Amino acid sequence: MVQNAEHVLDHFELFRGPEYQQMLANKKKMFENPRETAEVERVREWTKTPEYREKNFAREALTINPAKACQPLGAVFASVGFEGTLPFVHGSQGCVAYYRSHLSRHFKEPTSCVSSSMTEDAAVFGGLNNMIDGLANSYNMYKPKMIAVSTTCMAEVIGDDLNAFIKTSKEKGSVPAEFDVPFAHTPAFVGSHITGYDNTLRGVLEYFWDGKAGATPKLERKPNEKINFIGGFDGYTVGNIREIKRIFDLIGIGYTILADNSDVFDTPTDGEFRMYDGGTTLEDAANAVHAKATISMQQWCTEKTLSFIEGHGHEVVAFNHPVGVSATDEVLMTLLRITGKEIPEELSRERGRLVDAMADSSAHIHGKKFAIYGDPDLCYGLAAFLLELGAEPTHVLSTNGNKAWGEKVEALLASSPFGKSCHVYPGRDLWHMRSLLFTEPVDFLIGNTYGKYLERDTGTPLIRIGFPVFDRHHHHRYPVWGYQGGMNVLVKILDKIFDEMDKRTNVVGKTDYSFDIIR
Amino acid sequence: MSLATTQSIAEIKARNKELIAEVLKVYPDKTAKRRAKHLNVHEAGKSDCGVKSNIKSIPGVMTIRGCAYAGSKGVVWGPIKDMIHISHGPVGCGQYSWGSRRNYYVGTTGVDSFVTFQFTSDFQEKDIVFGGDKKLVKLLDEVQELFPLNNGISIQSECPIGLIGDDIEAVSRAKSKEYGGKTIVPVRCEGFRGVSQSLGHHIANDAIRDWVFDKITPEREPKFEPTPYDVAIIGDYNIGGDAWSSRILLEEMGLRVIAQWSGDGSLAELEATPKAKLNVLHCYRSMNYISRHMEEKFGIPWCEYNFFGPSKIVESLRKIASYFDDKIKEGAERVIEKYQPLVDEVTAKYRPRLEGKTVMLFVGGLRPRHVIGAYEDLGMEVVGTGYEFAHNDDYQRTAQHYVKDGTLIYDDVTGYEFERFVEKMQPDLVGSGIKEKYVFQKMGVPFRQMHSWDYSGPYHGYDGFAIFARDMDMAINSPIWKKTKAPWKDVAKPRLLAAE
Repeated sequence: MVQNAEHVLDHFELFRGPEYQQMLANKKKMFENPRETAEVERVREWTKTPEYREKNFAREALTINPAKACQPLGAVFASVGFEGTLPFVHGSQGCVAYYRSHLSRHFKEPTSCVSSSMTEDAAVFGGLNNMIDGLANSYNMYKPKMIAVSTTCMAEVIGDDLNAFIKTSKEKGSVPAEFDVPFAHTPAFVGSHITGYDNTLRGVLEYFWDGKAGATPKLERKPNEKINFIGGFDGYTVGNIREIKRIFDLIGIGYTILADNSDVFDTPTDGEFRMYDGGTTLEDAANAVHAKATISMQQWCTEKTLSFIEGHGHEVVAFNHPVGVSATDEVLMTLLRITGKEIPEELSRERGRLVDAMADSSAHIHGKKFAIYGDPDLCYGLAAFLLELGAEPTHVLSTNGNKAWGEKVEALLASSPFGKSCHVYPGRDLWHMRSLLFTEPVDFLIGNTYGKYLERDTGTPLIRIGFPVFDRHHHHRYPVWGYQGGMNVLVKILDKIFDEMDKRTNVVGKTDYSFDIIR
Repeated sequence: MSLATTQSIAEIKARNKELIAEVLKVYPDKTAKRRAKHLNVHEAGKSDCGVKSNIKSIPGVMTIRGCAYAGSKGVVWGPIKDMIHISHGPVGCGQYSWGSRRNYYVGTTGVDSFVTFQFTSDFQEKDIVFGGDKKLVKLLDEVQELFPLNNGISIQSECPIGLIGDDIEAVSRAKSKEYGGKTIVPVRCEGFRGVSQSLGHHIANDAIRDWVFDKITPEREPKFEPTPYDVAIIGDYNIGGDAWSSRILLEEMGLRVIAQWSGDGSLAELEATPKAKLNVLHCYRSMNYISRHMEEKFGIPWCEYNFFGPSKIVESLRKIASYFDDKIKEGAERVIEKYQPLVDEVTAKYRPRLEGKTVMLFVGGLRPRHVIGAYEDLGMEVVGTGYEFAHNDDYQRTAQHYVKDGTLIYDDVTGYEFERFVEKMQPDLVGSGIKEKYVFQKMGVPFRQMHSWDYSGPYHGYDGFAIFARDMDMAINSPIWKKTKAPWKDVAKPRLLAAE
């Protein structure tokens, strides 16, 4: 027995002791009917080969370890960004348990969301009664200012009509007639979580701008000087949105952040649970129609939303998760053009500091090869930053990136001498990435927590940037946008580079050289 | 100090009843009537907890429950390590349940083991419109080609499968035949079936009966020589290694564990289980079905046990031993004796730090009762408990063997109820899941996740008890809980004194 009260051993150490190791070896040998060790080794080696890669890339039906989730996750993420808003997902209840868990595991924060709990009878008769009862219960229990409705695939397959259901629920008195219940159909079998974000944001804006589902006249646009800002589905929403507010305030731009969930995903521990916190006020959401322009930081998260907004007569500009000097320059120059404001000296100095930092460290990043995966805009933004650093984004892979995204990334790669030997992989998954890492190795991998399986298999060090990040804490509190955000990304990459240098040179009596105290 | 320790039982009961009446006021009448049946104050001597259970959740109330898919793929099938489990349907279900349950296993992941994988058919609109069977056929071929050492495949249905009329059973039969009798298991665990994870457990159990047991051929017979001491561990998912810290005790008392269901389990172990002399059952809720089936069909008795905390471990070891001869009975006593010094040390260290602390629980289908003894071994008291997906037989077991007079019982608790209850009862610790963790921590209440062991564990067995004690102490006595109030908020407002 190795356990002791003085120094309690948990799973990290307990099972490494001889008693447990012997027990597990016996279990395997006697009862698991295991494959021959040599055969396991042979197959393991085979999965690393170009031949395996070819078979792997020929897959048509099977998806293995995708880097995407489903629409309603994005719907919940967007919905909680409005003041006092309760997301209500119409369909099976297990889905809602999953979205809440998923978001809470990333942000280490509560995620409040309800379901209409449809079961077999609703599958047969439709979920109208679930909607009627559900809205009434949510409204009474959680006193929201707004309930934003989306759907699971169950409700979509049976064809429930949200617009009609919500109207009927209001007629039956579930919620007052004037209570705001915007909605969006968010089928899980179309697109991904970024599509759900897009559909939901569009749904909310359409609701407020185009007459609250027929209940009021459409708003008439009276142009003002404000700028609307949309972050898109973003694991760094807390740090990023706060950084954007700071930049807008510095320049002196009047703005509305749409779907501002930076507070609800970062509430204090002070004795009070805040189910709702911060968020875009409903008044601001409605008045956003009058803005001079709308800026989206993520094109592929906001395609439908931007085209809807453009239809209401103001300029829309979309970026691709801008990270680094040039990308941030572009955002600021666009703001400057649209607003006629001047960029304050403070931001010029921040820019200079980022350039300074990149110049100081460039020798360590220059020429390094990276594999990147994640949401399409994030991949684009990180690839652009790496090119700016003289690094090579050798593999750029996005499971929810489409053909148009692929072409745009290709154009980016073609624009730089560092992009020459780099390739883009739209619609591929992390098992494809595994083949790429074995057959065309790189120095570093950038991705979310699931990349740790690739790191273990291929030995490629993982830099955690993306969503979800479950196994590192608090990164979402730091921005990756703006010059200061670029600095954070730079430091994150550098830290891993230096850690790896040290790890590769720390064998006493063997690699005493290169183990430098100054890098 | 929490309220409970300063009050008499009668006062506690009155207070709890008042609490129930108070939370019910928030609901519309129809909902209040329905929810009232799920809330109660336990009366000692009653045969159950006096609540309705295993009934549909009410729309819009923020239930904590999951679905049948979660019960099948997430709980029963997912941990079988040498099989490939396909999340059949859209991408989300498999994504959200990918690797999050901590069912530990050992194997060459990606070659002969696949637990921490997300295999999905990633349904698109055309699959919904035209059906997914053809895609499934092709998918199975691709699995076979890319993962030749997999020992079997299960098809875990997501909601759309049952709605669009796919025939996954026919596909499974045809492909199994084509691959020379390979185990391919279609599971009808669509998320809209039933009222919680619970039906998913049942469906998954039935799938093992129909597609594993019923297909065992002579060449699949276990390769080991049977002994009179062969047992199978049923209903331990090896969260943080729970099944391992249990297995070691059974082996030390002289039994031979021939299978683990399903934590760190393999297809060969499932197939060998009908050879067991006794099935020892930890999670009654999720695996009583297959235990009963094996009793009826193969004549294998089954015995519920509880390896949380020394009191229940001792009781369970003796109970299990009672099915065997003196050699095993002596073995059980030897094990109890061997670990007593550890128990004494752990208790001496942690009990003084935890004595009198109160706990409120809300977990799945077993732990809301099973862990009560472990808390009591540390001098703590469970003042409220409830289940996500228990049935009446669970509440009977809870009432007859676990909870004290006056305990607040809440079945399928809603977010609103749970917050109010905790706010009013001020327990020293809440044990529940990830969705609840941060709610209560914001309120300044120490919390431990009781599904995932908050990334710690194991908690089963003697080795696990030490970790359990350490973790509860670490949660309750963390210095951070003294810092939740800003000092300027506690300061009394300065009084203006008249000038002298």
